[in-house]
Amino acid sequence: MTDPDEAADRRLDANAAAGPLAELFTVDLTVAVATCAGCGNDAPLAAHLLYADAPALVVRCPNCAGVVLRYASSGSTLRLDLTGARLLTVTLAADGSVGISERQPHRPP
Amino acid sequence: MSFVSRGFAGRRRKTPPGRLPPGQYDVGDGFPVLSAGPTPRTALASWDFQVQGQVDGVRRWSRTQFQGLPRESVSVDLHCVTSWSKFDTRWEGVSVDTLLADVVTAAEFAVAFSDGGYTTNLPLADLTGGQAWVVDTYDGQPLEPEHGGPARLLVPHLYFWKSAKWVRGLTLTLEDEPGFWETFGYHNYGDPWREQRYAGD
Repeated sequence: MTDPDEAADRRLDANAAAGPLAELFTVDLTVAVATCAGCGNDAPLAAHLLYADAPALVVRCPNCAGVVLRYASSGSTLRLDLTGARLLTVTLAADGSVGISERQPHRPP
Repeated sequence: MSFVSRGFAGRRRKTPPGRLPPGQYDVGDGFPVLSAGPTPRTALASWDFQVQGQVDGVRRWSRTQFQGLPRESVSVDLHCVTSWSKFDTRWEGVSVDTLLADVVTAAEFAVAFSDGGYTTNLPLADLTGGQAWVVDTYDGQPLEPEHGGPARLLVPHLYFWKSAKWVRGLTLTLEDEPGFWETFGYHNYGDPWREQRYAGD
């Protein structure tokens, strides 16, 4: 932790959203590329910024910090808001599986 | 390996009877920080507070003007929708009644807006009548950024997400306009005593 602001914000990299999102999606969404509805930035979901201690998971754009995705589960209810994502792109491998083999380690800039 | 600290356990006072809403627990001396985004770093020199929207004229107070308004000290209980409650919190600031005193409006609703883009909506009637403040101190100290400083809204009779951190103003509206959490399935009103956590509760 070299950046006190980041430490204070307890911001995570959105790889940490993979587990909760697996409740809803059958593909690993962290390898999907999300296009920010605010600034148009493309980035793998895993390279986004995750605020996990709010009442829901709040995933923000690594470029403009706009909200790209909100997700919460409470009891038997799952809620997903993709208002801030103009596009989600999931690339399948040649055998039809989700491209786990192409997965690169992504870090917020 | 675990240790029991009798010192910490012994300092917890008893939960005040009748003041814990359903489904809540007493967080004691803790004060959890829940953030949906980065903590804005607003320079005090550029901070202002604005009342806008359905008003006879926009009202704006600079930091200096705001600090010159009549101030009130309040001690209130907080109830967060994530189920912690905190008792007897002490704040100081300006009553929303003071900010709206000479505003002429037909509005029945308000949207509080904050640095960083956060919003929350409330009936105007819940912001007046000695029920809401814009506070800039907590427990006798300037309000820290992680708790909403320079200033936050304080509406203690509703779940704490209605008490917008980093608040910069109120937009008075004729129609109810759901805010950040209200558009995500959280209850539009948020009364902790009726356990109005989610839409439909």
